[in-house]
Amino acid sequence: MNSEKQAKNQQWMYIFGAWLIAALSTLGSLFFSEVMELVPCILCWYQRIFLFPLAVILLVGLFPLDKNVVRYTLPIALIGLLFTVYHILLFYGLIPETMQPCTQGISCSDDSMVLFGFLPIPLLSLAAFSTIIFLLLKARKS
Amino acid sequence: MKKNNIIIATVVTMITIFAIATYVYNTKQVETKTNLATQNSSALIADHSPRKGNPHAKVTIVEFVDPACETCKDFHPILKDLLKKYPAKINVVIRYAPFHQGSDRMVAILEAARKQDKFWDTFDLMFETQSSWAIHHQARPDLFWNILKKSNLLDLARLQQDMNDPAIIKVIQQDLADGQTLGANKTPTFFVNGKPLPSFGYKQLMTLVNSELAANY
Repeated sequence: MNSEKQAKNQQWMYIFGAWLIAALSTLGSLFFSEVMELVPCILCWYQRIFLFPLAVILLVGLFPLDKNVVRYTLPIALIGLLFTVYHILLFYGLIPETMQPCTQGISCSDDSMVLFGFLPIPLLSLAAFSTIIFLLLKARKS
Repeated sequence: MKKNNIIIATVVTMITIFAIATYVYNTKQVETKTNLATQNSSALIADHSPRKGNPHAKVTIVEFVDPACETCKDFHPILKDLLKKYPAKINVVIRYAPFHQGSDRMVAILEAARKQDKFWDTFDLMFETQSSWAIHHQARPDLFWNILKKSNLLDLARLQQDMNDPAIIKVIQQDLADGQTLGANKTPTFFVNGKPLPSFGYKQLMTLVNSELAANY
């Protein structure tokens, strides 16, 4: 009985952690676009598409705790991570210019992607998606 | 229950921080914009800029405007009303910010119309008929040309010739450069006596104009 309760507690912590990061990232991303008026590039938009629902679905999975939420959110987070990795390769020039899909409109690889002069937004996205995935995997195992 | 409270507290905290951060950022932003305008006050008005109202008025409204911009069209009657209401107290200066594709040709029409002393009539007509010649965020001078033909406002042969004046390109370049210096990267951007709007909007413009009127008259 007690160990089951403990396992549930742990699950809650992991899912809560994943939701916290998703919610913070969502608000942060909205702050960049709506308050600082940085226009999101196309790849940013794809990452946002797979980030925003996590903040909602994970929250639903916490009221009350439902382990199944991991099943539904993990694929979304993984797709988000794929876009992030692609964006990072592009940002650091590991994929040649000619291959990038966002030559029109807002560039995915210029200076506007860097916050406060040192923090690239794609790196923030990578940190967020990988931590969310890590926590969801932990929740699945516990 | 305790866990649910944690979640609710987290949501409330996050939203509060977001609101505070927004407020702080916006306040700072207004400060930066105001400093930018004060430090570069010489970039506000160029000798070539069209103006209307009393040239010696103590309240000067500078507008960076794009003929193909819809919001600029919406603000046009507001400026006209202000000029009608305070003909002696307000001076309006027009700076070009032709950000839309094809807008630079619309500016060329305006500058050429100026040589026939028809700048403001043409400007009015342009905004009145904007939906007929600005299509999918693209200015179509050819469509406006037909409107001009029907209006009999201008000597079109002369207009066509004057539009090729290389001085027009220089005027546009200077206005774009000054706009960039002042951070006018959207249209319309207003400066009232060199002060930018705290945030964009009709109310904000009216408040700033009224406070400048009160301070100067």
